[in-house]
This record gives sequence, C-alpha cells and structure tokens, in this order.
Amino acid sequence: MSETIVEVRGLKTQFGNHVVHENLDFNLIKGETVGVIGPSGCGKSVLLSEIVGLLTPAKGKIKVFGETLSELSSGERQAIERRWSVMFQDGALFSNLTVRENVLVPLKEHTNLSAGFMHELADLKISLAGLPLSAADKRPSELSGGMRKRAAMARSLALDPELLFLDEPTAGLDPITAGRFDALVRDLSRLLGLTVFLVTHDLDTLKATCDRIAVLGDKRVKYIGPLEEIARIDDPWIEEYFGGPRGRSVVD
Amino acid sequence: MKLIHPLVCSVCFRYRLFLETLAGVQDLSAFSLENRDGETVLCIEGDWTVATIAPLERDLLRSVARQSANSVDVSALQAFDTAGALLVHKALTTTSETDAAPYGIQGEHAGAEALLEIVARRELSPETQPHRPKNFIDVLARIGEGAVEFCSETIETLSFIGEALLTTLKLVVQPHKIRWTSVVAIMEEAGLEALPIVSFLSFFVGMVIAFIGATMLQQTLGATVFTVELVGWAMMREFGVVLTGILLAGRTNSSFTAQIGSMKMRQEVDAMQTLGIDPIEALVTPRILAMMVMTPLLTFAATLSGMLGGLMISWVALDISPILFITRIQDIVVIQNFWVGLSKAPIFAMIVALIACRQGLQVRGDVQSLGRATTASVVHAIFLIIVADALFAMMYMELGI
Repeated sequence: MSETIVEVRGLKTQFGNHVVHENLDFNLIKGETVGVIGPSGCGKSVLLSEIVGLLTPAKGKIKVFGETLSELSSGERQAIERRWSVMFQDGALFSNLTVRENVLVPLKEHTNLSAGFMHELADLKISLAGLPLSAADKRPSELSGGMRKRAAMARSLALDPELLFLDEPTAGLDPITAGRFDALVRDLSRLLGLTVFLVTHDLDTLKATCDRIAVLGDKRVKYIGPLEEIARIDDPWIEEYFGGPRGRSVVD
Repeated sequence: MKLIHPLVCSVCFRYRLFLETLAGVQDLSAFSLENRDGETVLCIEGDWTVATIAPLERDLLRSVARQSANSVDVSALQAFDTAGALLVHKALTTTSETDAAPYGIQGEHAGAEALLEIVARRELSPETQPHRPKNFIDVLARIGEGAVEFCSETIETLSFIGEALLTTLKLVVQPHKIRWTSVVAIMEEAGLEALPIVSFLSFFVGMVIAFIGATMLQQTLGATVFTVELVGWAMMREFGVVLTGILLAGRTNSSFTAQIGSMKMRQEVDAMQTLGIDPIEALVTPRILAMMVMTPLLTFAATLSGMLGGLMISWVALDISPILFITRIQDIVVIQNFWVGLSKAPIFAMIVALIACRQGLQVRGDVQSLGRATTASVVHAIFLIIVADALFAMMYMELGI
C-alpha cells in the first residue's frame, strides 16, 4: 500500500452564500503527479489554498503528510511546511529582491549552510529551472513573463520539497519553454520522488506529466484516473474539453 | 579543570543534540574516506539532503582537500537531493582543474547517479570581478550622475506640471469632459473625510495659542483681552490654512501616490493609455479639481474651529465672555486677514495634488519604488507648503496687506 501524502475528506467551502465545494474527497499518493482540471471558477485554486492552509474550509478534514494542519503547534506546522512548496499563478516573487536572492530566501531561513554553498545551490536551482545565470542578478520586474515563471519554479525548488503545488505553471509560456517545463516536472518527480499537485489547463502538460487527472465539477471531484480513462468518460464537459480541436490532438 | 572538563563536554553534547532535534535530523548523515585498491573513495551514508548537510559541509571539503578522492560510494546512502549531490560533486571536483572532471560512482542507489549528473551539467556562474576599492574618480562620477539626475528630474517635473495644468485648463473650458464622478468621489474621500481631523487639530492649536498668548500678555502688558486679536490673527492668516495644508500633505498625498502608484505597478495606467484614455485627464485632473474645491472649505472649517478653541479658553480661563470675543473679532480683526489666509489654500491644494500624482506616476515595477515615492510625496509636499507659506508672508508684507 503506497503512502498517502494528501488526504481530503468531506470538504466544504463557502464564500458567503456561494458554495464552492461540497463533500469533496481527494487523495494524493506519494510520488505521483496529479493534474486538477475543471471549468473556470470551479475552485481549483481554492482547493490548493485550502490544502496548504492559506484558507480554512467551512467543513471537512485535510491531512497532509498524515497530519491535520490546524491541530499542529506552530513549530510542527513549520516543519511540515518546509517539506512542500507552492508555485503561485503569477509567480509571487519578492519584487525588491533579485532572482538569486529570491531563491536564497528559503535557504537562508531554513538551513545553516555556508554563504558560498548556498549561493552555488541557488545558482543550481536557477539553471535547473531553465534560466540563464545572467538573469540571476535581475529583479522580477526586469524579466519577461516566462522567465518570471521559471524564477518562481527555482524558488519553489530551493529546499528540495517532497510535495510541490503548481498553479497554472505553463500558462503564458511559449510551447518550447512549456515543453521544457513539463520535462523538468517529470524528471524531478522521477529523480527526487516528488509528489506534484498540478492545477492546469494545458492539455500537453496533462499528457506529458500527469499520472492521474482529477476533474472538478458539481462542487466535488467528479472523476479521477489516468488520462486515457478520463478522456473516454461520457460527460458533456469532458467531451467538450478533450473533444475540441486542441484536446483531440492530445488524446489521439 | 579536571572536574569542569567532562561537564563542559556533556553540555556541548547536549547542545548539539538539541540543535539536531531542532533541525529535525533523525538519521545522522556521515562520510568517511577509504583507501580501496590504491584509490581514495568517499563513502557517504545516511541522509544527504538540504536539511542535513549543513554540519558536514566544512569538514567534508577540508578533508577532501587534504586527501583527494576520485570516486564516491553511495551504497549506504538513504535520502539524497540536489543539495547533497552538489556537495558531493563539489567535494570530488575541488582538487581537479576542470569542474566536469569525471569521477566514479560505486554502489547502488536509486537516483544518485542521475542527480550527480544533473549537478555536473549545471551552468557555472562566471567569475565575479574582484571588488575594486573606490577611488577619487568614482566620487566625481557619482557627483556627476547625481547632478545630471537632478537636472533631468527637474525638467521632467516641470513638464509634468505644465502638462497637468494645461490639461486641467482645457477641461475647465469644456466642463462636460471632466470626469465628475471621480471628482466627487475624491472630494468625499480626501476632503469630507478629512474634516474631523482638520477641525480637531486646529481647535486644539487655537486653545494653545490662547493659553500662551494670555500668559505672555498678562506678564508683559497686563492686558489679557488682546488674546482675542492674537487668536484671530493667527488662525485666519496662518494656522488655519497651514494646518490644513500639512494635514492634507500627510493624509491625501500618501493615499493619492499609493493609489496611482499601484495602478502603475499593475500596468493599469498603461492599459488606460492603450484604450485611448489620457491618464492625466483621468487621474490627475480630477484630483487637482477636487483638492482646489475642498482645501479652501477645509481651511474655512479649520479657521472657525481654531477660533472656537481660543474662545473656549478665553471664556474659561480669562473671563472673556463669548459675546465680547466675537465682537472684538468683528470690530478689530479685519476681514482682510481671513482672505489673506484663504488665498493660499488653492496654491496648497495644487502642491498637494500635483506632487502626489507626479510621484505616483514615477513608481516602477517593484514594491520598493512605491514606498520611496510615497515617502517622497509626503516630504516634498510638506516642505513646499511651508516654503510657499513663507513666500506668501513676504509678499503680503511688501504689499502691506
């Protein structure tokens, strides 16, 4: 029996009168990459925020690494938070720091490595994320959108997390960069045994990286399974999603 | 000494244990250098991850420097990540000339070989240039840069002021083009909502003037009744309008600069331009107009409540009845003083609005420039208001008003 990293049971999310999730169950198993898809506004990013503890659900239980976050002391919580990292939709880089300093932030905060080694490690992450080192001394505002994404990836890899949350990582990237990004995610999950929670609309990313796909709809996880199974499901939204000209080229 | 020694050791040991518990280290990571068939092998065991390698780093690099190894044994290795791989790679390549020198990997470990390969393939940062000490030429260069920047800044500010005033004048001639909704919204936000604080502040300042004046006049002339003139003159000519100006510089400047600055940061200003909306027309002019209307009104309120403060003190502490106070103000303090004070209000309004918008539009992409612009906006506005007030005082003195 493989180890469950994230376990969501009976989740309910509500903003005012608007119910986003109702009785939602979800599992993430160690080492797998799960892509979360669904129509806009179905609460994909909200689910991510709830798992990492940025939002508190109205009802339900969320366990990460076997622990319920809200029941932990702040020290224990920090220890758990060190083991995952989140890459936000628009990067969320610190705008007054250079790319290298951005990557150094978690390293300085959580390790006591020597300054020289940290510096080298930061450069390694930057080149791992596919950025040229000439960009390392630039500030986020001086970078293009795609480069900012990669810088954000470099920062989220800084502490070699076990669990990686990616929110639309390839949105707005050119196909070449997006392809490299997919390869990077796949390589990392294979080499480091990384577990990846991926919110995306990019069909190529789904095909290239995901072991399982979770379809959100009707306020819950409607279907979950490998791409081939999901693509065959008789559901109007899924048919439109994979049946369109963009989707067909991926499934075929 | 002999007694203390084991104790110190035990404390050290406990301290180390404590640190390790803090760092969440359970499996101790370790390394050793072994000699196998004439070549030195680096044997690593336990977890080699970003969380565990910190204590090993210096020891490893030092002992490998003494006795260079050319292969690594990973059979006892457990968790391994890119940080561990980088350290091992560094240790095995420190003594060789090229970074990519090949080294052997012994033993079996899932992922170790691939990770070491990833690390070996990385791009190396170019040699950083050694830090050159600053010399006299550098100082001159900085002074020159500063002077050029000051000049271009001045020209840009002047051209901004010109553009803003021109646009505003154009709109005043064609009032149907003015964005009245935002003018009224800004009048409420920056004018009406400032009314309580402006009135309170000048009420208290009026009280203070009355108190100080009464004490001084009592001691020097023995005539406390002149307190009325003092309060009237001071509040009408100077304090009413200057207090309003400074409060608006603190309150309104910061909010205008932050609003426009964050619009600039999120490219909203650029979006306006591409939609054919002139940012000056949409953002700056409404603010100038709203402030031009509200500052005189606030000045009026400040003057009144300042005199009310003086009246209260005169009544309570000096036995000057409110009737007497008001009559003396009407008879002796001429209305001209009030107009002198009020005439400065539109100028102060312009200073506040123009500086706030100018600084807001100067914000670039990063957070720090927003903070800098907001600070500069408030400081410059307060400074200019006081300078302008001094100029006004000189001008009115020359004119004999």
